[in-house]
Amino acid sequence: MSKPKIAVFSFTSCEGCSLEILNCEDHIPELLGHVDIVNFREAVSNRSDDYDIAFVDGAVSTPRDEDEIKEVRKNAKVLVAIGACACTGGLNVMKNYKGLDYCRKCVYGDKAGKVETIDARPLDAVVPVDIKINGCPMPKAEFLEVVTAVLMGRKPRIPNFPVCVECKRKGNVCQWLKGAVCLGVVARAGCDAICPTYNKGCVACRGLVDEPNANACKEVMTEHGLSMEQVLKEFQLYNGYYEVAKQ
Amino acid sequence: MAKTIEINVHHVTRVEGHGNIKIRAKDGTIEECKLEVVESPRFFEAMLEGRTWKDVRHITTRICGICAVGHGLTSVQATENAFGMKWSKQTDLLKRLICLGEQLQSHVLHEYFLAAPDFLNVASVVPLVQSHPEVVVRALKLKKFANQICDMICGRKVHPIGMEPGGFAYTPKRKELQQLRAKFDEMEPDITATVDLFATLKIPAFQRETEYVSLKHDKEYAWLEGQVYSSDMGGVAKQDYLKIVHEKVVDHSTSKHVANKRSSYQVGALARVNNNYDLLLPHAKAVAQKLGFKAPCHNPFMINVAQVIEIAQCFYDARNVVEALIELGPKPEESPEVKPKAGRGVGATEVPRGILFHDYTYDDEGKIVKANLVIPTGQNLANIEDDMRALVPQIIDQPKDVITLQLEMLVRAYDPCISCSVHFLNVEFV
Repeated sequence: MSKPKIAVFSFTSCEGCSLEILNCEDHIPELLGHVDIVNFREAVSNRSDDYDIAFVDGAVSTPRDEDEIKEVRKNAKVLVAIGACACTGGLNVMKNYKGLDYCRKCVYGDKAGKVETIDARPLDAVVPVDIKINGCPMPKAEFLEVVTAVLMGRKPRIPNFPVCVECKRKGNVCQWLKGAVCLGVVARAGCDAICPTYNKGCVACRGLVDEPNANACKEVMTEHGLSMEQVLKEFQLYNGYYEVAKQ
Repeated sequence: MAKTIEINVHHVTRVEGHGNIKIRAKDGTIEECKLEVVESPRFFEAMLEGRTWKDVRHITTRICGICAVGHGLTSVQATENAFGMKWSKQTDLLKRLICLGEQLQSHVLHEYFLAAPDFLNVASVVPLVQSHPEVVVRALKLKKFANQICDMICGRKVHPIGMEPGGFAYTPKRKELQQLRAKFDEMEPDITATVDLFATLKIPAFQRETEYVSLKHDKEYAWLEGQVYSSDMGGVAKQDYLKIVHEKVVDHSTSKHVANKRSSYQVGALARVNNNYDLLLPHAKAVAQKLGFKAPCHNPFMINVAQVIEIAQCFYDARNVVEALIELGPKPEESPEVKPKAGRGVGATEVPRGILFHDYTYDDEGKIVKANLVIPTGQNLANIEDDMRALVPQIIDQPKDVITLQLEMLVRAYDPCISCSVHFLNVEFV
């Protein structure tokens, strides 16, 4: 039986999530025993359109991105969005708020008219996506879980509880008690609460849990004298594409 | 030399980001010689406008996954300079250590995964898992070790956490530093083996003298502090970098080109080693001698060798810094008080691919009025094209696939980071 073929693509992003694949140092030799990498511009020179599983980082933000992701969708049996840019549009969406004309002019001056750019959007705004590995960057552990699950033909285990749970597990002191703003109360866990562990509030780079406890969130905010507006501004950083951040 | 060739490499592989090589020569005359950059635009300067200083480091780190630490360090330096901030000895050492960790990681990745396959006649590192397993295992071990240095300080190397103007939110514990110190002894043979491996690779002979630009410090091999130094012009203070760095829009490239008085200059490992050779640590100098490196060196393929010299430099420098931190006794520090004030601040540091500039103007509330970011790969683009223009006539009688491979190897030697270079500009001007 031939090994499943894997391809890795990058759209509008920093390519950090592709790099995180290479940063799974302990698992690369084993991984290469189970799959063939047939397309991964950042790391290998072979290229092929014949692949089973595509991992894609980056948002869609140009007409060319849009065409290419449709092509990838056609070729791949399983399409996995990796990282915040691919899953929620990520930081790129900040430019939508500025207005495309303004951005073009600000950066390109009198050449503004020739810049091809459209509103930044997550992959699933253009094509159906099978699995999302959220985060900026995606957690390596979840990438390995998804690869394992896809190869075994089972559903990947992706947490649907808030970051607060992971902080409690690790015994972290609550960031709110330290005077920081932390979105961990509604943000999807799976990052092992890495930001609070390194003494920073959560910015919800992995998006929200499916049913966020909005009341608890409001309660915490009120207790600490924060307005909804201030919290939404934090929230916009990675989730600006969604209506909830636009209110 | 009356050959007509046309070479189009769509999306050069084993580089970060999307770039194309285009060469057209008719009857031996080069008509077109381009490194096209076709990466999607990011508009970071526009996105930064109006953002408070608290978000600026977080956002600019996301310009590049490979040099996220370098963008972070440059960003905090620009803000520190704008607000006139000072920081502790401990912060100084931690900044230096995380900087060295990233250089080491990036150089190991580039040398083993991106550059070495060309010299070993394979398309990627994958076939080496079978043919040279010990090489791959060593590369992964070194890469992991370098990542661990960064992880210890900021949680992760790709998008470090808690790196703020004036200090770090997290302080490594003494035990973590001691464990790391012990790993240096374990890794030392792998550094030696790396040097031995790259000593066997045959570097293409090619010479083109150019201007070399890097940081330069009078006492140490410069990464974070010092002057902006040009081999043509000497040094200028960081805030005067625009005396050397002139950006221009060229209609065939989607990233701005940068030059000084000549048509191009070079930044990166070779520029650094050329400009700072005397300040290399003895271990690194011994490596330079073993690899037959003589400064100044004018062969761009030798960037690969310069990176190996820097692998040794970073490794031994990082070991010294870890020892200094243990001796100092690490303690958690209060977050420094930040008093925003209106004005401009320039950050300039060496990141793996060369000198990086962040230039911010803040208002009196600490919000960004204007941001300008000048990226190493953007600075190298014009120089790469000048190299290609000089190289192609020398190899034009070779078969097309040989020419193509040489050009790809040349581009790869620069270790270009294209996502970075087009954070501000990517247009296919028609």
